[in-house]
Order: sequence, then structure tokens, then C-alpha cells
Amino acid sequence: MKYVGSRVLRHEDPRLLTGRGFFVDDETRPGQLWMRVVRSTSAHALIRSIDLTEAQESDGVLAVICGRDVELPVIPVRVSPLKDEMAPYLQPVLATERVRYVGEPVAVIVATDPYLAEDAAERVIVEYDELPVLLDAEQSAASDVQMVPGHSNEVAVLRASFGDVDASFASAEHVVEIDVTIGRQTAVPIETRGLVAEWSPDDERLDIWGATKVPHYNRRVIAAAIGLTEYQVNIHRTDAGGGFGVRGELYPEDFLVPYLALRLGRPIKWVEDRAEHLVSTNHSRDQRHLISGAFDRSGHLLGLRDEVWHGNGGYVRTHGLTVPELTITMLPGPYRLPAYEGVCHIVLTNKTPCGTYRAPGRYEGTFARERLLDIAAVQLGIDPLEIRRVNLLSAEELPMDRGLIALGTSVVLDDADYQSLLEVALVEADYSSWQNEATQLRAQGQLVGTGMAVFLEKSGLGPYETAAVEIDREGGIQVSIGGTSLGQGIETIMAQIAADELTVNIASVDVVGGETASMDDGMGSWASRSTVVGGSAVLMAARATSDLALQVAATLLEVSPEELTLRDGRVEVNGSSERAMSLGDVAAVIGNPPAGVDLGCKVLGARRKFSVEHMTYPYGVHFAQVRVDGDTGAVSVLRYFVAYEVGRAMNPMTVEGQLIGGAIQGIGGALLEELVYGPDGQPLSATLIDYLLPTAGDAPTVGTLITESHPSSSNPLGAKGAGEGGLTACGATIASAVGNAIGKVEAPTRLPLSPMRVRAMVASAAASTDHVSSAE
Amino acid sequence: MKDIHDIEITINGERRAVTVESRRTLADVLRHDLGLTGTHLGCEHGVCGACTVLVDGLPARSCLMFGVQADGREVETVEGLGTPENLNTLQQAFMTEHGLQCGFCTPGFLMLLTALLRENPNPSDDEIRDVVASNICRCTGYAGILRAARLAADSDAIAT
Repeated sequence: MKYVGSRVLRHEDPRLLTGRGFFVDDETRPGQLWMRVVRSTSAHALIRSIDLTEAQESDGVLAVICGRDVELPVIPVRVSPLKDEMAPYLQPVLATERVRYVGEPVAVIVATDPYLAEDAAERVIVEYDELPVLLDAEQSAASDVQMVPGHSNEVAVLRASFGDVDASFASAEHVVEIDVTIGRQTAVPIETRGLVAEWSPDDERLDIWGATKVPHYNRRVIAAAIGLTEYQVNIHRTDAGGGFGVRGELYPEDFLVPYLALRLGRPIKWVEDRAEHLVSTNHSRDQRHLISGAFDRSGHLLGLRDEVWHGNGGYVRTHGLTVPELTITMLPGPYRLPAYEGVCHIVLTNKTPCGTYRAPGRYEGTFARERLLDIAAVQLGIDPLEIRRVNLLSAEELPMDRGLIALGTSVVLDDADYQSLLEVALVEADYSSWQNEATQLRAQGQLVGTGMAVFLEKSGLGPYETAAVEIDREGGIQVSIGGTSLGQGIETIMAQIAADELTVNIASVDVVGGETASMDDGMGSWASRSTVVGGSAVLMAARATSDLALQVAATLLEVSPEELTLRDGRVEVNGSSERAMSLGDVAAVIGNPPAGVDLGCKVLGARRKFSVEHMTYPYGVHFAQVRVDGDTGAVSVLRYFVAYEVGRAMNPMTVEGQLIGGAIQGIGGALLEELVYGPDGQPLSATLIDYLLPTAGDAPTVGTLITESHPSSSNPLGAKGAGEGGLTACGATIASAVGNAIGKVEAPTRLPLSPMRVRAMVASAAASTDHVSSAE
Repeated sequence: MKDIHDIEITINGERRAVTVESRRTLADVLRHDLGLTGTHLGCEHGVCGACTVLVDGLPARSCLMFGVQADGREVETVEGLGTPENLNTLQQAFMTEHGLQCGFCTPGFLMLLTALLRENPNPSDDEIRDVVASNICRCTGYAGILRAARLAADSDAIAT
């Protein structure tokens, strides 16, 4: 019985398939009230007045509150060394003097019913004095209009570099310079955000449902903000309808709901609607890259420069600096690079603030870098595969310290073989036949093309994760983890790891995450770290529990621990398997020890913390074949393939699910998804009719190759993380294929490749061909 | 001035009486008045399909229907399918084929495909894809959902 590495069906599924999942809006407390947020309708304005009178008189309303009525701190940055410098740019829970994006909370209603709360919200009258609207990062940086008076709109300029970049460009035989843009996008989990909070005055405790991702961090910050201790706040486990980076970070509502529950002494529920979600939950991407490469004539990369303009939105939120930092520190990817300089300008704009979205910084950086390589290959007359081959780091060059710092840890590329993964993937995908087919179809006048991209991911961010294992007298095993479920299958994966270590049937293992009462510390589920770091903590806790069982059983059976083996959940004396105790028996004896016997423990269980210094770096290759409709500009993805080195796949079924799901999400970002704003800063993509998500009609069949050739040495599982690589190279790969299809490799420079943009590219490619033929 | 109606809906075969305001959506009636929280709301404007239920046997967005419009009708929700201990063929197929991750959109897909397989027990892959394209899943990339529908169609004992 070996669960790790097998296609174990998921523990989560039976409840989710029968409507018995427990999502935040499924929690209803006795006497519960509903909160509704009144949001700014202006992108940039001074608040002249807020009139709450009519709303207060509205049916069912118990409280109407605006910024001047509350004393709550601004929302802190969670991850960055520049926390202090960001102080002027942090978001208040409710705007008081000025609003900086459409959707910013300015007041809240609490009513007996959500319909009545929404009615009342419409009766709040806010008068604005409009200010000039800044929508573009570079314009905003250059503007005289300061979004935060006395402070530059450019909140920070991050730099990452190594080697002598100027010299590499000076000595280069060929320099390629391109200007590419990744539009503003967001994750759109199908469940919107929500929160329920209840204050119990008798035991002075606040219960919260709906927090996820980083519950322990959020608990600390929320408790401090509303004047409670951390241990007075209990966060309860709920299912989460998708996370992808945006869910679970601290937003204004995460302070307002607990604050109001405490202040009003009644349970409060808030559930975001989709229109709110699209203007209030973190946006992401929104970068322009001015990237240039210095090459020798055979395509060797000598130096790389990238200047990035990151349109951050109206405030620096919990992750305002994370995406820019990851963009420039991960930009060199899996390539040999003597000199590099990345600069990222983080600039306030009058849009929804940004945060992380699956493959943050890598989706963008991979697009810019791989476009550069494609275009350099054309200019140098080299095959696009060949230019990657000559530049990919070889296995012998690894591990390698990049000389860069990301998320507080130095970037040390761990053991890998990028070159052989590319070769294996080419064969597995049969890419050359995709290319041949496309060539033939183009000869028949069809706009069919192929494209590819290589990428480097990162995962397993430390510094630590915690796990506890406890076995009851019936042999039931509870695994408590610091990570949380975001729908990724974490309960199953952690149960697999514990069940293997304890040699038990997986059905006897129950995994609890996101419940602060059963695990008081944890780093949470983000950055593809749950399996790598959290899984390792579970492994260590299970191993310690197994050791304890052997030790106790040795005392009881009067043998030494070395004479015992744990097999099928029973501690057996070697050579005489009838002398044995089940783990439940051991737990029972520990709970009720024989008189006079000191077993040295009170429960059969252990808690362990797994710490890790450096991240681990999975890597992969994507291939695509697309057809472009020259009349409409529509792009159909005919074939797609993802090859990904994950170190070790705990469950190949869920890894494949992550890769395919990621690929379709990434293809959405490449072709469909963009948060568009009007010139007045009004969001034009505030419904799912305007912000298009891929459906089954858009989704190609995605082939996958999961390799386990280079297990990570950073953790005992060997895992490298699998959550993001399905998506990382989609923008780059689709752009590459579209360029190939229309016969103009350099044309796709802006994501998403919407029909309007593609149609213009096709027209321009045709015009330049006509021009060439007429000149001839 | 509230406009209140007494209505009766047959839900998963059981007649339920409920008093609702005219503007209350069927989704809210199911979730908050009748406690059937398996039906989920993803967009409340009829695009994502997470709230799909069957009304008189046909898939409907319960966010786009008022409760009063369901008066006298038969509504089927995910709670009317199998139980965790006894999943029906389609639910089992979703589990086997990894047709769900976060599971939030899943009840909508289950109801959509329940209606398809009743109407057409032997759909082609294209027909399945057409129907699956009615709803949005953000986790799976649809591969597992399409395989699950195929598997359920190829198994003979689909729930009636």
C-alpha cells in the first residue's frame, strides 16, 4: 500500500459532489445580519460629502457607517522588505477624503436581509469633486497630479542585476529590442469572496468563517486591528471555491465584518457579488516590458535588460510589491546569462489595486523573454528551438546561485536538466509533426502556426510550515495543517503522505486545514508551497508519531523499539507478527496507562515544523498549434502540450489536473481576458459578459508530460510544486504560435490577443507582404 | 412595501411551501429559505452556470429566475442526486475522472449533464462539449468534466 505517487481519488469529492461542501455563504448564524459595501463610482476624486440619512431610514437597516465613523488601521503589506516605505500608499478600510479607484469602499450598510442592505446602499449619497484620472503607469509616473499628496505616484523602483550589462551590449554582435504589454487580468475564482464573523460576549471570542490561504497571518492582523488578542479569534475551516492567488489576502471587508460583529454584537455576513468582485478583488498582470537582448551571431545570449512598467492600481495592497519583485527576479528563466539588469517601476493608477495571480511575474516575464528569443531567432536566422538549446543552462552548470534575491531568499537554481526536458517534450508532443502539418496548411492558404516557450517556475517558499498528527483510540488519525484548502486537493495529498508513513488505510486519515483552533500557527497555502513545505511538515509529524508508537509499544511488549515494525497500522514484533498492537491500541494505552507505568507521553501524536531556506525551481516547456481566422481575428487553439518537471508527483491525477486547468486559464489570459477601462476610469469589464473566461468550447485538449527526473533536495518528499506551471508559458506560447500562423513572428506584442488585435496584425502582415511583392 | 407570495415548489420530489418576496431569486429561495446550499451562486447574472438547477426537467439558471416563477413547478437540485455513501453514476464518474477541483461549479455541471443524459443517453463528444460549454469552471480546464460525462454516458445506469 503506497499512496504517494499513485492516482488516489480525492477525499474532498464525495462531499463536493453531493452539495455538502461547506462554503462561506453556507454558514448562517442565529441572528445574523448582512453587510453591504457602498463603493466609489468615481476613479479619482475628493469626497465632498457623504449623506447617510436616507440609508439609515431605509427598511431593515441597523447601521450605516462611513470612514469617519471607524478607527481601523490601513491594510499592511504582507510580503516585502519595503514595508515601511509603503506606508503612504496603503489602503484604508474605508476611504475618507479621497477615492482612488471605482469600487473603493466608502461606506457600509448592515441590515437584516441582503436585499434590504442593497436597497439601503443605493440611498447613500456621496458627492465627489472629480480629479484627473491616471490610467497608465508611465503617464502616471510623469504626471503632476499626485494620487497621494506629497508622494510620488511611482511608489518604488525595484532593481535586480548581475554581471556587466553595459559591456555585454557594447560587445554584442546583435541587439534585439522589443516592447511588449500584458493586459490587466484577474483570477476570477467561481466562488466570490465572503466572510462571516460572530462575537460571543460570554467567552469574549470572535469566530470567523471564510478566511483562507493565510488564516494565521490574517488572524494576527485582524485581531490587532480590532483590539483583540490573536487567541480570542478563531478562524474556521471552510471550503474555498478557487483561490489562484487572489482569495484569502486581507481586503477592507476582512476588517469591516469582524469589526461590525464586535461593535454591533450580532453575527455579520458579507458575500461579494460578481460585479463587486471584478472591481474590488485583486487585479494582476498589467505590465509593459521594454526588453532587450545582446546576442552573438550564433544566438548566444550575452546580456539581458528589461525595464518594466507595472500599473499597480490605486493602493499598495498586501502583495503590491510581490509581483514586480518576482517579475524581475525570475525573468532570466532557465537560461545561461552572463549579465542582466531588470528594473521595475511600480506606479499608482486609478484602477483596482493589484496583487498576485497564479504564476505572478512569471506569466508576464516569460511572455517578454520568450517573445524576445523568438524575434531574435528570426533576426539571426536561427531556428527558434535552436536559440533555446544554445542558451539553456546544462545540468552540469546546476545548482547555481543566480546572484538575485527573491521574496527574501537568494535565487539558487537547484538540480535540473532543462535541456533534456526540452528534447523529451519535443518527442512526447510530436511537435515536429505539428510543425509539418501547420506548414502544409499554410501552403494551402490557412493561417495555422505553431509556437513554443520554455519557462522556469518557483515554489516551496519558506520559511516554515507546521503540521500535527494525532491518533485516537479507534485508530482514527487527524492531521492538522497550517495550509488551507483552496480546491487544490490538499486534504487528499496530506492524507496520502500521512497514510504511507503510518502504514494505514487512507480512509482513516482526516485532514484539517484552516482551523486555527486545531493548529495555532501556519504560513498558509500560496506560492505552490502546500505540498512542498506543508507536505514535508506532515511527513515529519507522521514519522515522529510512528517513532513514538514504536517506543510506547516497545515498553508495553517488553522488547526494544528496534525489534518492532509498523506494518498495516500495527506495531509488530519482528518475526512474531501475532505479538502486535494496532495504532489505536497504542493510543488507548497512552490515554489510560497501566498503573505505575510512565509512557512519557499523553497522546499518540506529534507536531513538527518543517523549515526551508531556499525555494525550489520546477521548469517546463509548452507547445501550441493554433488557427487564426483572418476575417474575424479569432484564434482557435488546435493543440496544446505542457511538459513539467515536478520533482516528485504526490498524486499524478491532481498534478495533471493542475497542469490542464492552469493551461486553460493561461490560454484565457493569452486570448480572452482583459480588464478594460474607459478614459474616465470606469471599468468596462465588470461582468462575465465583458470579462471573458474560457469555456469548454474554447478549451483544446491539453497533452501533458509530468517528469520526476530531478527531485528537489530541499525537502524530504523531493517535491518541486505543481500549481502554476500549467499556466506560466501560455501567453508566450500562444503569441509565438499566432506569429507563426500569420507569417509575422514579431507581430504579437500585446496580451490578450483579442480578435481586434489579431485582425489588425493579419491586415498589417498582408500589407507588408503586398508591399514586398509589389517592390519585387 | 413588500410584495409577498405564498408558493409551493416540488423540490427533489418533495412539496415545499414557502413565503417569498416577489423579487427573491430562486437561488436564494433554495439556499437561504430551504437550506439547500448545494446550489451555488457564481455570478448572479446568468453567465457562469454554477446555480444551474432543473426546472420541470430542464436546466435553468436559478439566479435568473424568481422564486415565484417556480411556483407549482418541479425543481431538482444536486441534493436530489446520490449521497456521499452512494454517489450516482454521474457523480462517481466525476470523481473517477477528476472532474472537479474546488467543487464550487460542480453542482451546476452535474445538473446540466443530468438533463443532457436523460434527453440523450448516447451523446457524441461534440454534443457533450456543446453542453459543457454552457457553464464555467475555472479549475479543471474542462478535461475531467468532459471525460466524466463520456464515462457516465457509456455506463448504462444513469440516474433517471
